[in-house]
Amino acid sequence: MNKRQIYVAVVLLFLGMMVVVQFRSTKLTQQNAPMARAQELTSRLKEVKEERDTLSEQVKDLRKKLDQAGAGTGGANQAIRDELDKVRMEAGLLGVKGPGVQVTLNDSPKELRPGEDPNLYILHEEDLLKVINELRAGGAEALSINDQRLLASSEIRCAGNTILVNTRKIVPPIVIVGTGNPDTLKSGLEIKGGIFEQLKFWGLEADVQKKNEVAIPAYSGPVTFNYTKPLK
Amino acid sequence: MWLPLLGLIIGVIIGLQAPSLPQTWAQYMSVAVLAAMDSIFGGIKAGMEKKFDDMIFITGFFSNVLLAAGLAYVGERLGVALYTAAIFAFGVRIFQNLAIIRRHILKK
Repeated sequence: MNKRQIYVAVVLLFLGMMVVVQFRSTKLTQQNAPMARAQELTSRLKEVKEERDTLSEQVKDLRKKLDQAGAGTGGANQAIRDELDKVRMEAGLLGVKGPGVQVTLNDSPKELRPGEDPNLYILHEEDLLKVINELRAGGAEALSINDQRLLASSEIRCAGNTILVNTRKIVPPIVIVGTGNPDTLKSGLEIKGGIFEQLKFWGLEADVQKKNEVAIPAYSGPVTFNYTKPLK
Repeated sequence: MWLPLLGLIIGVIIGLQAPSLPQTWAQYMSVAVLAAMDSIFGGIKAGMEKKFDDMIFITGFFSNVLLAAGLAYVGERLGVALYTAAIFAFGVRIFQNLAIIRRHILKK
């Protein structure tokens, strides 16, 4: 009888061990699969961020060198420097200020009813593009979206559930600042059947304010011309 | 009666301490656990029928466990879901044994 108990004890020992190990590994896999992915993405994000930081560091350095070169000897350089400033302002490499407008856009605050498509009530990159286009048509000279200076080469692009401008993520509320004639810019946006009317139709929040002075930061990223050369 | 219980508790403790199982082995383990439970219920049934045999019980337990895990492994290699056969067979047996055990308990 005692021997039998030992046998049963041994078997139960193994059973208990196996069940617990299996239980733990099942629990672990349920937690682990998405976690591993998240970790991978996090480390990748960190890598890319570091890369970006070194690159922007590089840009700053090169800019400084350019400034030093620009501030070179002699008054003869004054004209060249003025020209350079103008060109850099045009290129978006100088922070600028002046009269203009401040446009604020946001997603619809409306609660979604079941079955409704949330896409209808959020801002899309198309909306931004239309607003920017309208501002440019109204004679805006410099533009920024959430402090990202818009260059001739800037993209406004949908990436998953966010909007990218100058490869930076832009999230609502979106503040577009533009220099130019405030009246023209404002009325361009608010024209009948215009972009603001379309946005407000879907309940999106859109507001434009005239400002005596707005500040627009310089473009902070690198400008590269890998394929482009001046035409002689 | 305390000795089997002690065995179970020690087993649980070892299981808690043991390093966690690699993902690929988890499915073999799951079939093996099922086989082990089948053996336990078979043993209880045999005990109630007064036909319990130590050697049959202990060899049955380990051979069932190994065969189930082996079957799952071979099935994996062949691309045939052989472990479903094990799950099916053991599952059916567990319920049959449970029914017999229940009848024995009710007859007392």
